[in-house]
Amino acid sequence: MTDVLVLVEGQGSVPTQNTLELLGAARRLADATQGQVKAVVLGAAPTPLTAGLFACGADQVLRAEHPLLDGYQGDVYVAALTQIAGQAEPQVILLADDSCGKEVAPRLAHRLNAGVVTEVLAVEGDGPAVLFRRQMYGGRTIATLVAQRFPVVATVKPRTMAPASELAGRTGEEIAVALTLETSLVRTKVIQKVAEEVRGVKLENARVVVSGGRGLKGPEPFKQLEELAQLLRGAVGASRAATDAGWVPASWQVGQTGKTVSPDLYIAVGISGATQHLAGMTGSKTIVAINTDPDAPIFKVAHLGIVGDYKAILPKFIEKCKELT
Amino acid sequence: MHTIVCIKQIIDPEIPADQFKLDPNSMRQLRGGLSLVISAYDQNALEVALQLREKGGGKVTALCLGESGAVGAIKSALGMGVDEGFLVSDQPLLESDPCGVAHVLAKAIQKIGVPDLVLTGGVSGDTGDKVMGPLLAEALGLPCVTFVSKVEVKDGKALVRRIVEDGYELVEAAFPLVASIISDDSNVPRYSKLKDIMAAAKKQVPTWKAADLGLEEARVGAGAARLQVRDVSVPQRESKCEILDGETPEERAERLALRLRELKVI
Repeated sequence: MTDVLVLVEGQGSVPTQNTLELLGAARRLADATQGQVKAVVLGAAPTPLTAGLFACGADQVLRAEHPLLDGYQGDVYVAALTQIAGQAEPQVILLADDSCGKEVAPRLAHRLNAGVVTEVLAVEGDGPAVLFRRQMYGGRTIATLVAQRFPVVATVKPRTMAPASELAGRTGEEIAVALTLETSLVRTKVIQKVAEEVRGVKLENARVVVSGGRGLKGPEPFKQLEELAQLLRGAVGASRAATDAGWVPASWQVGQTGKTVSPDLYIAVGISGATQHLAGMTGSKTIVAINTDPDAPIFKVAHLGIVGDYKAILPKFIEKCKELT
Repeated sequence: MHTIVCIKQIIDPEIPADQFKLDPNSMRQLRGGLSLVISAYDQNALEVALQLREKGGGKVTALCLGESGAVGAIKSALGMGVDEGFLVSDQPLLESDPCGVAHVLAKAIQKIGVPDLVLTGGVSGDTGDKVMGPLLAEALGLPCVTFVSKVEVKDGKALVRRIVEDGYELVEAAFPLVASIISDDSNVPRYSKLKDIMAAAKKQVPTWKAADLGLEEARVGAGAARLQVRDVSVPQRESKCEILDGETPEERAERLALRLRELKVI
């Protein structure tokens, strides 16, 4: 019996995409082992999320409200989840592999003396055992890890698991959890949030991604990529080389330290294909590479390629796409 | 200010695919004759520490858990300009899971003396784990900020830039603090000068075994691992890339658009 605790999030009454994916994974694992799915909602005030969580597979909704839970703060989140996990005693705890999850998961695991595994692509029951699959060596391998003891805290890589299917009218048990949280827990403070401007579609949700790398040699050519992305109703991404050089914001980065994308079409322009970049985009359905070096590793994962200078290729390609779309 | 940077020595992750081999028994990558490097973001962390020393004075220490050959990573860090380095090298410890590794590093940090700032790389270049910073923070009882691209000291406090999904946050925290570092245009690792490399080669690197650190046996080694690798597969990518030909770049560009249309992708 594997009980799965899931940290969920929503906007109003609607669970986020990450939450739907976590609930999908949790439901499948619980079903395979006759366990329960327990969704944790943290916040300063009650939210109208409960019904949506039941519909998407939660058996229990554990609501914890506290003034200190107004927005994410690592120390408070870790303390809250430690208390909740202590009461709910799940075997597996799932969080999204986002900026909150990757900070909270290891800290929570340490407090619970639990195992921790990040960027999980699949979690499944195998008799009494629970298996976690993840990439290693920059996506060169897929490792299957088996839990030696419980609990295990795992972060789920966004856009890799099938989301929960909604069953309207499905209900469950709602429980208000009382927490003991003190202001003295708080040791880090966000003094400013800076959102980088997103034009058009968000990178992680885009059906088409046009990415640029070192081969573009500067920030200017990204304007052309933006034109192409806009035309194909997609988003612009970048390799680490391009974000490290300061040509485009860090939030545009695709790869191990950036975002994972799996669009229908990924166009890599002037990107050689370092393993750390490939780790973030090889799930794309169709990959196109434009690069001057015929031996660049990007051609090993691409489905379609042009060997040549993007400067001569992109304008014509954009023109032809305009004609065709 | 004293900063300890935890570094990991790994096999160069950018080797071509045909040189990547797995040991079927340990299910780890086979070293063969491949070159070893300091994991990329650990190098960014070293750079952050060195810049802080240049601005505000103090000391930078490199700490590594690894094979005896990982002394090479410490020497590279010394060549970059860190003041001192320590190696923990004891075969059974290398089988530890990340929680075990954090326990070993925390004990070593306590032996050196808990500094103002502990830095790790945000992601390890081999296993892709990004847990060491937060695990160490817990093991040391310190606050933690992850995926940090810049660290400043202002009014005796740390002011760090934390990269999040849609931009960044400026986070304030008191020292001592643990931060995990990712790359940024401000922390591109410096090249070592030849004279510093020569000087580093002569420096002694204290090397510790498990017994030197007062470890809790139950937390380290293969037996303590909470998760075990059952198998590792190498995904077979259909590496058939259709290269579009044409006399001129323009012709190739047109063909690409037409082909994508044919495949109903655009």
